[in-house]
Amino acid sequence: MALTKSNSENRGGGTAGLNEPRIVRFLLISVALLFLSLFLLLPLIVVFSEAFKKGVEVYLESIREPDAAAAIRLTLLAAGIAVPLNLIFGVAAAWAIAKFQFPGKSFLITLIDLPFSVSPVISGLVYVLLFGLQGWLGPWLAAHDIKIIFAVPGIVLATIFVTFPFVARELIPLMQSQGSEEEEAARTLGAGGWQIFWRVTLPNIKWGLLYGVILCNARAMGEFGAVSVVSGHVRGFTNTIPLHAEILYNEYNSTAAFAMASLLTMLTLVTIALKALIDWKSRVVVREAPDQDLAEAA
Amino acid sequence: MSRPFRQHSILPGFGLTMGFTIFYLSLIVLLPLGAAFLNTFTMGWTQFWETVTGARALASYRLSIGASLLAASINTVLGLLAAWVLVRYDFPGKRWVDALVDLPFALPTAVAGITLTALFAGNGWLGAWLEPLGIKVAFTWLGVVVALTFIGLPFVVRTVQPVLQELDPEIEEAAATLGANRWQSLRRVVFPELLPALLTGFSLAFARAIGEYGSVVLISGNMPMKTEITPLLIVTKLANYDYSGATALAVATLMMSFVLLLFINLLQWWSRARYA
Repeated sequence: MALTKSNSENRGGGTAGLNEPRIVRFLLISVALLFLSLFLLLPLIVVFSEAFKKGVEVYLESIREPDAAAAIRLTLLAAGIAVPLNLIFGVAAAWAIAKFQFPGKSFLITLIDLPFSVSPVISGLVYVLLFGLQGWLGPWLAAHDIKIIFAVPGIVLATIFVTFPFVARELIPLMQSQGSEEEEAARTLGAGGWQIFWRVTLPNIKWGLLYGVILCNARAMGEFGAVSVVSGHVRGFTNTIPLHAEILYNEYNSTAAFAMASLLTMLTLVTIALKALIDWKSRVVVREAPDQDLAEAA
Repeated sequence: MSRPFRQHSILPGFGLTMGFTIFYLSLIVLLPLGAAFLNTFTMGWTQFWETVTGARALASYRLSIGASLLAASINTVLGLLAAWVLVRYDFPGKRWVDALVDLPFALPTAVAGITLTALFAGNGWLGAWLEPLGIKVAFTWLGVVVALTFIGLPFVVRTVQPVLQELDPEIEEAAATLGANRWQSLRRVVFPELLPALLTGFSLAFARAIGEYGSVVLISGNMPMKTEITPLLIVTKLANYDYSGATALAVATLMMSFVLLLFINLLQWWSRARYA
């Protein structure tokens, strides 16, 4: 008893040992904020101020211009194919990995993460080596008049490759931590596989799923390195928004380049806002069910 | 302990989901990667060695690895500071700053590249201010470091933040009770707890920086031997239809980042074993 008391007295009196002096706090906050605003806030401001430098008219014109419009369409197409495919893959992989026990599981997870640890340039290179004119399948493709590299299919493939792990990586740990009691209960009560998925699993993983999808989409629309290698940069045909922005910038057409960049930046801001919202939502859910968390921890 | 036996699951769908996972993984990732790297075996050892140890290649490794290490180190120090400030202190607009940390994850690298170039070029907002001081950033190796620092910024913050949040304040209280001053308890008690997360953040930032292409090519100026990173050299070879040269460099890059990551994992394992 006496010991506890003296401890708490000490704690009350010893705040000097627990907190930094005011001046140190102030300094630390200032340095951190200076670093973050220099590297994060300033670039954001630059994008929009450069894009609107010559007024709204010029800005709108640079977006409506045919090559720009074609780049926007191609970007939407590539993301529109890559995101749903990787979504289906992510859900399937997470189901197989989280709900069942089998040997080699962690190796499989490492393989799924592989595209993250490969340089984007190498991701693109791989497809060139496979489908390019001097590649393994190149002569056969040329004989059958199929173009993959320097054409739209190559861009779609490279986009799928670089965004491959996003959804799976978000869902696997989430579903593993949730266990499968609820699904098993549903099964004992007579539910079928799809019923279990739609009624039990999906409501549990929806925020994680959404999180994975928006990150996947942001990367799909913004990928540069891999797409640049397979694209061939044909204006109006094989340029995505980031590639078009780069070309314009290298041609010293800075306003138009930043107009393209501003589109991607707006996408980024929406992505970050959604991510913060989902973080907040899922934290609320966790707080509402603290008992379950404790049970899991025990 | 709560579930002593569950070898067989009563849930359906293993065959379907596992089959699709393996099929899709092989089709998109494993077969293309495998086929590409079998390609290097068609070139002889001497040719491979000459390509990966050419003067231009060596200069590019030096820049890529050096700038990546420097950028990851900057991010480790300032990322630790940012995580500390975001977890421990209160200030207006904290939630906004916290959300903004993810910007480099979500911002396309090409956008980062042209924006940083515009900022640091001689007529840019920061460049106009730095160049009279004799500091040239855009189109020099410093620009490469700036770009790599930008893209690696969230890694350390996001790996350290949760550990710092979970850290039991009682251990700091105990240290204070035992007579440690603030600096001592931070250095001896808090820091060892954060070290594994710091190393993880460092290695993630480093791995990302080594492969980065988009943001760097725009700001570096791409002068051979001077500001040419390895990924760019790969693209240059590819553009000249030197497929085997590009593959050889790609293999060399993969091996190097693999060895470095292995080393960092060992370091992490050592720090866990030592302080756990």
